[in-house]
Amino acid sequence: MAFERVLTRNVGNRDALTLEGYKKTGGYEALSKAFKMEPGAVIEEVKKSGLRGRGGAGFPAGMKWGFIPQKDPNQPKYLVCNADESEPGTFKDRLHMEHDPHQLIEGCAICCWAVHAETCYIYIRGEYTKSAVILERAIKDAYDARILGDNAMGSGFKLNMYVHRGAGAYICGEETGMLESLEGKRGQPRVKPPFPAVVGAFGAPTVINNVETLCNVPHILNRGADWFKSIGTDERNTGPKLYAISGHVERPGTYEHPIGITFREMLEAAGGMWRQGNLKAFIPGGASAPILKASEIDIKMDFDTVAKAGSMLGSAAVIVMDETVCMVRSVARLAKFFNHESCGQCTPCREGTNWMELVLKRLEHGEGREGDAMLLKSVAGNVGGNSLCALGDAAVGPVKSLVERFPEEIDAHVRERRCPFPEYRYFKDGA
Amino acid sequence: MTEAPAPQTRFPGFTPEARAQIDMLRTRYPTAEAVLLPALYIAQRLSGGWLPDEAIQAVAAELDLPESKVYGVVTFYDLFHQKPVGRHRIRVCTNLSCQIRGSAEIMDTLRQELGVGEEEVTPDGRCSYVHFECLGSCDTAPMMMVDDDYRENLTPNKVRDILRGLK
Ligand SMILES: Cc1cc2nc3c(=O)[nH]c(=O)nc-3n(C[C@H](O)[C@H](O)[C@H](O)COP(=O)(O)O)c2cc1C
Ligand code: SF4
Ligand code: FES
Repeated sequence: MAFERVLTRNVGNRDALTLEGYKKTGGYEALSKAFKMEPGAVIEEVKKSGLRGRGGAGFPAGMKWGFIPQKDPNQPKYLVCNADESEPGTFKDRLHMEHDPHQLIEGCAICCWAVHAETCYIYIRGEYTKSAVILERAIKDAYDARILGDNAMGSGFKLNMYVHRGAGAYICGEETGMLESLEGKRGQPRVKPPFPAVVGAFGAPTVINNVETLCNVPHILNRGADWFKSIGTDERNTGPKLYAISGHVERPGTYEHPIGITFREMLEAAGGMWRQGNLKAFIPGGASAPILKASEIDIKMDFDTVAKAGSMLGSAAVIVMDETVCMVRSVARLAKFFNHESCGQCTPCREGTNWMELVLKRLEHGEGREGDAMLLKSVAGNVGGNSLCALGDAAVGPVKSLVERFPEEIDAHVRERRCPFPEYRYFKDGA
Repeated sequence: MTEAPAPQTRFPGFTPEARAQIDMLRTRYPTAEAVLLPALYIAQRLSGGWLPDEAIQAVAAELDLPESKVYGVVTFYDLFHQKPVGRHRIRVCTNLSCQIRGSAEIMDTLRQELGVGEEEVTPDGRCSYVHFECLGSCDTAPMMMVDDDYRENLTPNKVRDILRGLK
């Protein structure tokens, strides 16, 4: 059976930007259905679907919703939708927001009903002005149509939704950094526990979910958990998935595939290698994911298979590199990113990301020393597992994979005292 | 150019519209502190794209927050600026997907055409540029942001055209 695009069905359908247009595609039927269900039954359906978080960690969404305490009906609760999308290589959530804002609003609204959250904040990275404007317009239309507001869809449920803009800090994508930032503070991650489900935004129980995670929810209610489970590799890896593919491919972009499609198939769907180059390496899940080699081309791109290969599916942002790419230069660039974005709270992360950038930079410029590979390994060992949030581990991933999978490239830089790879010059005569 | 140019604008004070917007924002959050980021955006817009000290102080007073706290927040985020910027602010993504599709040549073109270094303002106050982390548009690499707009699939010639269009 041919795979039917569900999440991206409205991409290119400009009509779907309007409330009427969205409704024509079956929009807000799932929310209407949800309001007729017990909130607990909504959570059960999402649990049954096997939907795992699409933001990076792959945590089961239904289980997360189930953690929200419901004893005190008067206690405020929040949903914060993570639209920070700052993981290098990732651009899938932007597609959702720019092309189908109501799908996200509907997903958020269903989640709010399921956990009794009367307020939803969509925390969007500051650079996404266009997405923010489109979302705000769509939210206003939903208020005007009384889908949101004091008596959402006549259900008696009060539901407010606001867009909150970040201001340029990758760490605010980490869920507790995001909560700090939402509260008007520096976006420095919190010590866990307590987890956000217990003490989240403004001290209240809070669900945090990624944009794509929430966009799946209306379809699960409309078509049922069994339909969702019928897509994917196995029970633990279910549903449609967006893959953002970039770098040296002929047609970079966001593609919807069943989760667990192989990297080879995904590459073919994107038109193959750019200018018929040869594949050297690829990053399967954003800058935080350890780099895989060309020989792993047949890997199934689902959470568990990629983890088993020593990397992670992360945000499913796939960066493709051909044979002209210098792995030392690539990892040095990522190390610069992590050093810049470390919030500086934990000494191992602050100092370690600085060190890794320094050593990689000198290697890149032919000033590396014998033993730098070992040094990188030992610095990485000190950062990994010794930090408050997952940024520390993320920073280590690419560096470790360089040392373990591409040691010959480090050696060549040290031996030749220069980078053996060409500069990236693609535009002839400055054109 | 040896010196940063004189600031193009100062903070003119909150306009009645800005105050009304801040008051509307207060209704969205259970604390006044949560209005801080949006209020800083408003103050920055009123000041011509950066936050002079008096803008930061005015935001602190408006929300009844200690100035030290507001400074702490301003310095944390890359989109708040404590130095004057050009009338047009350019951010070039140089992260991995853009790097391997030619972002260095985009940076070179800006340096040549504008005749100033990163984070400096052209003598006529028109432009400033910086390299930036991934802007979430890797499928259109190399790319840059000009003010709020994404300019995509760049080539050096395209960059020159875009610069000519900036007043
Ligand atoms: C440094 C760092 C950056 C992150 N950035 C994002 C992000 O931009 N978007 C996102 O959805 N999740 C991001 N996450 C993951 C979130 O912490 C969180 O797991 C996720 O938003 C939960 O939603 P999900 O379960 O629906 O995936 C990041 C995590 C870390 C450690
Ligand atoms: S691990 Fe790094 S980014 Fe995370 S809290 Fe510690 S210093 Fe900040
Ligand atoms: S790497 Fe340039 S936009 Fe993502």
